[in-house]
Amino acid sequence: MSAAAAAEKRSRVMITPEGLALPVTLASRGGRAGALMLDVMIIFGGLLAFNLLLLWIAGGLLEGTAFDPSSAPRGAQEFLQILMVISGFVTWYGYFLVQELGPRGATLGKRMVGIRIAARSGGRLAPEAVIARNLIRDVELFYPLVLVLVLLVLSSEGEDIGLLAWAATGWFALFLLFPFFNRDALRAGDIVAGTWVVEAPRTKLAATLSTQGAAANRGASEVTGARYEFGDKELAVYGEKELQTLERMLRDAQPEALAAVHATICRKIGWNPGAGDERAFLEAFYAQLRAKLEGDMRFGKRKADKFS
Amino acid sequence: MKTPVLSSWFGRGEIAAPPDIASATLRSDRFRLEREGEWRRLEAIVAQMEKGGLRRIADDDLVALPALYRTAASSLAVARETSLDSATLAYLEALVQRAWFQVYGPPRGFGGWLRDFVLGGWSRAVRAIWLDICIALFVMVAGAIVGWLLVAQDEAWYYRLVPSGLADTRVPGASREELLASLATEESAAGLASFAAQLFSNNSGVCILAFALGFAFGIPSLLLMVHNMAMLGAILWLFSGQGLTLELAAWLSVHGTTEIFGILLSGAAGLHIGRSMAFPGQRAVLTAASEAGQRGAVVMVGVVIMMIVAAILEAFPRQLVDGTGPRFLIGGSMLAFWLAYFFLYRPVRLPEDSA
Repeated sequence: MSAAAAAEKRSRVMITPEGLALPVTLASRGGRAGALMLDVMIIFGGLLAFNLLLLWIAGGLLEGTAFDPSSAPRGAQEFLQILMVISGFVTWYGYFLVQELGPRGATLGKRMVGIRIAARSGGRLAPEAVIARNLIRDVELFYPLVLVLVLLVLSSEGEDIGLLAWAATGWFALFLLFPFFNRDALRAGDIVAGTWVVEAPRTKLAATLSTQGAAANRGASEVTGARYEFGDKELAVYGEKELQTLERMLRDAQPEALAAVHATICRKIGWNPGAGDERAFLEAFYAQLRAKLEGDMRFGKRKADKFS
Repeated sequence: MKTPVLSSWFGRGEIAAPPDIASATLRSDRFRLEREGEWRRLEAIVAQMEKGGLRRIADDDLVALPALYRTAASSLAVARETSLDSATLAYLEALVQRAWFQVYGPPRGFGGWLRDFVLGGWSRAVRAIWLDICIALFVMVAGAIVGWLLVAQDEAWYYRLVPSGLADTRVPGASREELLASLATEESAAGLASFAAQLFSNNSGVCILAFALGFAFGIPSLLLMVHNMAMLGAILWLFSGQGLTLELAAWLSVHGTTEIFGILLSGAAGLHIGRSMAFPGQRAVLTAASEAGQRGAVVMVGVVIMMIVAAILEAFPRQLVDGTGPRFLIGGSMLAFWLAYFFLYRPVRLPEDSA
């Protein structure tokens, strides 16, 4: 229940230029933190591998010089050094920029978590916005983090760091907790750039239920040949919420779970539950309940759940 | 919380042929089955676009994309009112959202944006923050004067303002010869390239910091600039004491006209954000912040480019070119180039660039 309530709290509505209200779900803070951790791990892993490769090449340069660094070819050494510095800079900024400017609007980490960035106004995602939000991230997280780490190392060596450590920690905490103090879970970079992070659902089209089994055969079971027909009074017991729960059960659930649902429905409508033909019963019930609710819907009558 | 669909990453799943439309007993399912083919076609096109393979998409598909998108959008609107099939609704919502991101996606990729940026976008953004540039310039000049005055009053300030790495021979009490030697050239270019790379990485880090700190109403950006310029003022005081002001200015101007201009711009961009948030005018604070942030981001990309130029100038010409005249010539022409590019270069803006 709490998960559903939390998802409800994160849902926003985006109006497309066609005037269609499109629901979007804001990404959870945990998901975003996870995506960032994945990205940082990918960047560090990549840079580490690249630098090890460079070191290996540099080691090759020393060969045949009796391991005397001063006699190694200087130009080549320098080239490797430059490559190291530049690759660090380019990877750090380029990784986020190029990927978030791409058509998916998400880095690898975000894609794994299933989220993407979008413009808060519902308009186009401008390249400037992507650049702004990524530049701000440094000040929010990495500068204070590095500062705190440096101060910790200093203090472990016996230097007095005084209030500075607390200031740095406060800075770090301020930005880290920023998303918790606004409704849309924006971090400082999102505010400056005018973006937010939303879930990017990728749903497959599921099969139509009303063309399968007993639902298609006007309630007739393939196993027993019995026909299940429900009257208006029996169908009036449930509403849309129960219908959609039943739909989920029919798509995913195990036979044992279906048997339990079957028993519950039979008790509710006053039927005598049999055994062995639960699926056909539920398919028939689903199809007829949906037909009734959709019929009412066309006349503007909606029944949200069994209590209404 | 739903689990990410990993299977969608690897290959496309088998798509079963849709069942016969007539077999559907429900009206809403018949509605769905009639349109399902178009939805699936849209999904395939969108998946292609997300992979970035715009060129591999058949022309027919590209032409059909807007129509398919509108069909899906209207299907969603109808389905919300007539269907209770939550799986279909969820699919349509996800599909329309994905298609929306592609149809109304970024008008150009990174390459196109970069072209527009160099051909006018950059100088437009710089001109847009002219007021902040004036304020930042004033603050920087004031910072340099403060640095000079502080050190002139008490030499102990010198050691506080100038980091010890820079102050190896350049300390109060150094002789004229020592100071002159620190301005001299290197004999060969060896080692200078990696020096340039280090400088670039370091300086652009400082600039990005100055920009990003603008978020706190611009005050940290200003403090950072004052600190940097106070250091410059202190060094100026040191060299002028030995009558070397002109030599130092020439030595600094080679890269300084580019680098200090870059720092000025990044500080101004940070200040721009802070100022828009403190005084948003008629706009909402968040709108004002994001408009200023996007303008500032354009300036910042330019600053990174300026830092590359400055680092190359600092490492090679400054250390290799000797003599006050040639040094001033390089520095002065760089300054003239930047000023002309930012304030005189005003290409006519194409109407469709306004996005």
